[in-house]
Amino acid sequence: MNKKIKGRVWRFGDNIDTDQIIPAKYLVTGDPKELGKHAFENVRPGFYKEARVGDVIVAGRNFGCGSSREHAPRALMGVGIACVVAESFARIFYRNSINIGLPVVECVVEAEDGEVVEIDFEGGLIRNQVTGKEYGFHSLPEFLLKLIDSGGLIAYVRKQLKK
Amino acid sequence: MSTISEKILAEKSGKKNVEAGEIVEAEVDYVMLNDVTGLPAFEVFEEFQTKPKKEKIVLIPDHYVPNKDVASAEQAKAMRVFAEKYGIKNYFEIGKGGVCHQLMIEEGFVTPGRLIIGADSHTCSYGALGAFATGVGSTEAAAVMATGRLWFKVPETQKYTIEGKLGKYVMGKDIILTIIGDIGVDGALYKTMEFYGTAISSLPLSDRITIANMAIEAGGKAGIIPADEKVFDYLNGRVKGTYKAVYSDPDAAYSEKLEYNAEEIVPTVAKPFLPENTAPASELGSIEIDQAYLGSCTNGRIEDLRMAAEILKGKRIKEGVRMIVVPASKAVFEQAMEEGLLKVFMDADAYVAGPTCGACLGGYMGVLAKGEVCVSSTNRNFVGRMGDKESKVYLASPAVVAASALTGRITDPNELR
Ligand code: SF4
Repeated sequence: MNKKIKGRVWRFGDNIDTDQIIPAKYLVTGDPKELGKHAFENVRPGFYKEARVGDVIVAGRNFGCGSSREHAPRALMGVGIACVVAESFARIFYRNSINIGLPVVECVVEAEDGEVVEIDFEGGLIRNQVTGKEYGFHSLPEFLLKLIDSGGLIAYVRKQLKK
Repeated sequence: MSTISEKILAEKSGKKNVEAGEIVEAEVDYVMLNDVTGLPAFEVFEEFQTKPKKEKIVLIPDHYVPNKDVASAEQAKAMRVFAEKYGIKNYFEIGKGGVCHQLMIEEGFVTPGRLIIGADSHTCSYGALGAFATGVGSTEAAAVMATGRLWFKVPETQKYTIEGKLGKYVMGKDIILTIIGDIGVDGALYKTMEFYGTAISSLPLSDRITIANMAIEAGGKAGIIPADEKVFDYLNGRVKGTYKAVYSDPDAAYSEKLEYNAEEIVPTVAKPFLPENTAPASELGSIEIDQAYLGSCTNGRIEDLRMAAEILKGKRIKEGVRMIVVPASKAVFEQAMEEGLLKVFMDADAYVAGPTCGACLGGYMGVLAKGEVCVSSTNRNFVGRMGDKESKVYLASPAVVAASALTGRITDPNELR
């Protein structure tokens, strides 16, 4: 995980559910690239075409609510989303993201579509380059940092199995 | 001092006590996967190059089976192949199975005090029997298949007490929709919801499962109802292994306590596009419907079918409306057949199908066209959930679904009395 990133914002509201992120009819593959082609297809047509690698999603409350489909964070990774910042996350989406290596940050940020934000994961700071405003956030609990440091859940389990 | 969640997570992680907020690594009793979440989990599992914890794994194809197309056939096949390869006995082929959560309960995997995870968000249903059960992603399910263990953040618990006697045609669905309408779709985010009160203890198990099932619709990690005689009776003769019921201490620490008067709860409907957009069914009488759907892990049990049949008996579904009935499992289907319920549905011109998730997630067998409206006994009414992005889903109890099918508009069954 890069310690600092900079990305163009896609702004979303509250309660963005997993059916919006990836409609169920596409749940016939686990491939992030394939899934990415249909990300937000119903609610933000053109998202897939316009999104660039390194873009950032900034959203309101309860992002990723709904189903447990890991296809949702996978689809976002497939598009190249570098981080999802939201006021709060639905818990399964949050866990899934961490486990597959999509950075998620809980933070209230004012940013509109197309603005650029800098995210400093270590310093716990997000800066909107357009407005100049800064927003602090708490970094993850120690256990989860350890999990990410060891390379995510897959690597963590591998280590356990070797013991 | 401790809640049910704290006690189960302490026991399973080999600790005397744990508190909300703590992260523990716990031994899981069962991990369940379905045909949608299975494939990605199997792919991850193969990377571990190890043997699975066979006895803990339950594989249930239900979302797109019988297969709706070639891609879904491949997914279902991946599950069948995985089960064969590793000799996993708990695999339920169609014809033996049904909707995963209903089956987990029917087959006796779920008991009070157990820790169960499933790669499906409605795994929280099992809390209706006093288990701690929650949904996880595919990677995590793979990790549990390999190690039998997983990390959990011990959740805070909210206490809901519903006292009093429920009115005619008021079901578990109305209780949980009322609560979600009140607290919102993130009102229980990360937390366990525990349910108490005379209204809850008087409910049959099926309605309790509906309530626990929809805890996730309030963002909850688990929805737990303390086990009582009804649960023990149900498990008698079907349970796998032994179990010990776990109860919260009288002085357990709750993050919130909410109280409801059962007499004030009415047949309730959640309007599109969130389960929190609730209104009394009686106020939505002008909403015309194209389809009425009865089924799913939320309301596809025999008690639900009985309720709908009681309302439909001897009547015909409104011209121009279609009704689809999908019993949640083979056992429910058989029972409905024996009781003559299927005949009631068919005489009313409803379409009856074999057990599957089907149209609940917009899969097939009842997908909605642009602009169509469905009143559904399922649990989600998100944009495009059951079909076209411009279709609409109204969530309701089996009683409201049946009454609406007769009138062609959303209807409180009490109106028909
Ligand atoms: S019936 Fe619907 S909610 Fe239940 S497991 Fe199937 S798709 Fe999910």
